[in-house]
Amino acid sequence: MFLTNWFQHTAGLPYPWAWTLAQVILIVVYQAVVMVSVAFWILADRKIWAAVQMRRGPNVVGPFGLLQTFADAMKFMFKEPIIPAAANKVIFLAAPIIAATLAFAAWAVVPLDEGWVVADINVGVLYLFAISSLGVYGVIMGGWASNSKYGFLAALRSAAQMVSYEVSIGFVIVTVLIFAGSLNLSDIVRAQGPDMRGWYIFSPLFPMLIVMFISSLAETQRPPFDLLEAESELVAGFMVEYSSTPFLLYFLGEYMNIILLCALMSIMFLGGWLPPVAIWPLTAVPGVLWLLAKIVVLFFMVSMVKAFVPRYRYDQLMRLGWKLLLPVSMLWVVVASAWVVFVRPVWGPFFAHLFGG
Amino acid sequence: MAYLDKKARQIFLWEFVQAFLLSMRYFFAPKATLNYPFEKAPQSPRFRGEHALRRYPSGEERCIACKLCEAICPAQCIVIEAEPRDDGSRRTTRYDIDMTKCIYCGYCQEACPVDAIVEGPNLEFSTETREELFYDKAKLLANGDRWERAIAKNIELDAPYR
Repeated sequence: MFLTNWFQHTAGLPYPWAWTLAQVILIVVYQAVVMVSVAFWILADRKIWAAVQMRRGPNVVGPFGLLQTFADAMKFMFKEPIIPAAANKVIFLAAPIIAATLAFAAWAVVPLDEGWVVADINVGVLYLFAISSLGVYGVIMGGWASNSKYGFLAALRSAAQMVSYEVSIGFVIVTVLIFAGSLNLSDIVRAQGPDMRGWYIFSPLFPMLIVMFISSLAETQRPPFDLLEAESELVAGFMVEYSSTPFLLYFLGEYMNIILLCALMSIMFLGGWLPPVAIWPLTAVPGVLWLLAKIVVLFFMVSMVKAFVPRYRYDQLMRLGWKLLLPVSMLWVVVASAWVVFVRPVWGPFFAHLFGG
Repeated sequence: MAYLDKKARQIFLWEFVQAFLLSMRYFFAPKATLNYPFEKAPQSPRFRGEHALRRYPSGEERCIACKLCEAICPAQCIVIEAEPRDDGSRRTTRYDIDMTKCIYCGYCQEACPVDAIVEGPNLEFSTETREELFYDKAKLLANGDRWERAIAKNIELDAPYR
């Protein structure tokens, strides 16, 4: 760690203090970068959606509208935060903070490049899964504390939706764990090396990427599963009573979760920071750019789905989650285990040059 | 066979692939949007926008306070008071239009025998307060002075069809 060394030797601090200070600076810078990048992801989302509908999208604030999201954020921050008279104030204000904090916290274990990870813990996947499951609390608390029947109903619906799809995401993660043999996100990427032949998208796990993608849309309440805030039919879901900065926190958390799941899919299926072909000019590119490119591709798909898939009905959503994606992902856990136990030891050398599975 | 075909399409998400390709075509299609504050749509000479009271080239105001516009206004947003001026001619002392009531039907313009009250081509007259939309005579005459060239041009262009 460069910073730790600098604090220890140049500034003359004892090691624990130097390490702590370096970590704090690292975390603050990393989270600031992620948070500012969210502004551009939101803009990209709006631009892609606009392009499919032959609109221009935001293009006035800054060049190509690049500063639009900052202008929106400023607007939210300077508006009056309205707290309903009958609301439970503490929980009402704590809920969006929880939602945003969890979204930030999840980024701690995401490896951006070989060794570029804030917390390289050996159960990174479990940590991510736990954090994203806790996200339901932000929703439920917000809906309940607003003391509004619309907010509460929407909170119940979206909690049910998030819980349902978490189950199939869990099984998808299990299949990847079986293939990679590790719960550490960096190890999962390393298991997919050295080039695209090893990526799990080109292995029997490919259908799981589709399941994961659909579940991620439902998990983050993106269209076509955005029933809780279907603009044309309903008021704005569990955040109906929220305004100003608390709403901004929900919005921020929502988009950070979307990008997080895109990053998770890139890491689990698209080889994270690995280049598609391990030859010289491509290996010289920093891994973080490869990861970013993969997140961009996935995010583009997420945005496109918003543009071309009609919204699902609530019963259709539940049917898809429980009666299609869950059985398929459970079946694939068996398939993946069978592959690893019976096929890979025998056919592994033969498949090694086709795909790494 | 048809059943298998349908199921196979479902499993391979065929409709989503097609929808994706279709929306990619639209993605690169030329934009239909007008870049509004920087580009503006063409406007008909009959366009009914913000009201204006016109003057004769001599600078004399056209309105003779006949109150036909006040009478015909379906929204009853025009209020006129009149009395003879010092030189004996009949003029308005008050000419108010409540722009928040106005429905922009253009009847006032049609009723006017001297082409005094007209609806000009201006459509960008939003205000920050409601009070600013209660136009008085001074405001309407100022509008007339400001938009006279465009208004005269529009009346000339539309004349053959009247």
